[in-house]
Amino acid sequence: MFPLDAPPDTSAYMIAGYTVFFIVAAIYIVSLLVRWRNLHQDMTTLEAIEKENKVKKEKTIKSAKRKATKKKIDEKK
Amino acid sequence: MQPKPLTLKILDIASVLALAIATYLALIYAPEEAVMGQVQRVFYFHIGTAWTGLLGFLFAAGLGITYLVQQDIKWDIAEVAAVEISAVFFFITIILGSIWARPIWNTWWTWDPRLTTAAITELIYVAYFMLREGIEDPERRARFGAVYTLVGGLSAPITFLSIRLFRTIHPVVIGSGDPNAQGNFAMTPHMEVAFFFGLFAFTIIFIDLFWNRIRLGQLAAKVEQLQLNLMR
Repeated sequence: MFPLDAPPDTSAYMIAGYTVFFIVAAIYIVSLLVRWRNLHQDMTTLEAIEKENKVKKEKTIKSAKRKATKKKIDEKK
Repeated sequence: MQPKPLTLKILDIASVLALAIATYLALIYAPEEAVMGQVQRVFYFHIGTAWTGLLGFLFAAGLGITYLVQQDIKWDIAEVAAVEISAVFFFITIILGSIWARPIWNTWWTWDPRLTTAAITELIYVAYFMLREGIEDPERRARFGAVYTLVGGLSAPITFLSIRLFRTIHPVVIGSGDPNAQGNFAMTPHMEVAFFFGLFAFTIIFIDLFWNRIRLGQLAAKVEQLQLNLMR
């Protein structure tokens, strides 16, 4: 009887395979987190700008109204 | 944006646990294959990622059809999520296959029907993102995406069936394939446990990532809407 051949040593390829898997998976998860953080920051900034614009618009409307009433008063006089 | 739902938090934990168990089963529990040696263990994650990748592309096609019928942007957000995760999983599948092929086929890559169809499928979905980036109008972009995933989805069954229909050296582990295939092996009961748990684990991971990616898509849509409002 012949002794059975031992399987070839392919463990380096196995390690490489699992390393690649975990690195790619980690990169993807980090990319999700980074995109989430950036979008959150963008939203906060955009909401602040929108609020500012609203306040500016209200101020402009108020001053326009004030000017109009002043004009009316002046005309009456 | 609403805080993360409890179910999603539980799913996050379940995914990490499932991945840890799948890794244990693949690397320790399953026995070493007699002919290929340790590199055969790559097969458990290779099939797991391929399974979720190809199913995800088909799922995205289904979401594309739903968008075309209902014209609701939420289906577009879900479709993008499915395509993105599937593309990442399928990229891993191709890399793992290439690493396995080096000692077994003595080459990193060969233009075999399975490898070729797999590479084409991956490139189709890489192009999907590049083309989407070029369309500014959200509705036009969504309509384009839906039609694209519908047509692109055909590549998934073609890739799956390629080893069953054409002459190939790629092994078929479940079912019968080409007798000329190199790297075939019979699974022992322990290998089957690692194999099927791997499929289950990657399905859980896909669902978890899909939900998380949808939330990211919803946030991106909100930011885009705010930008459009400010530009008006």
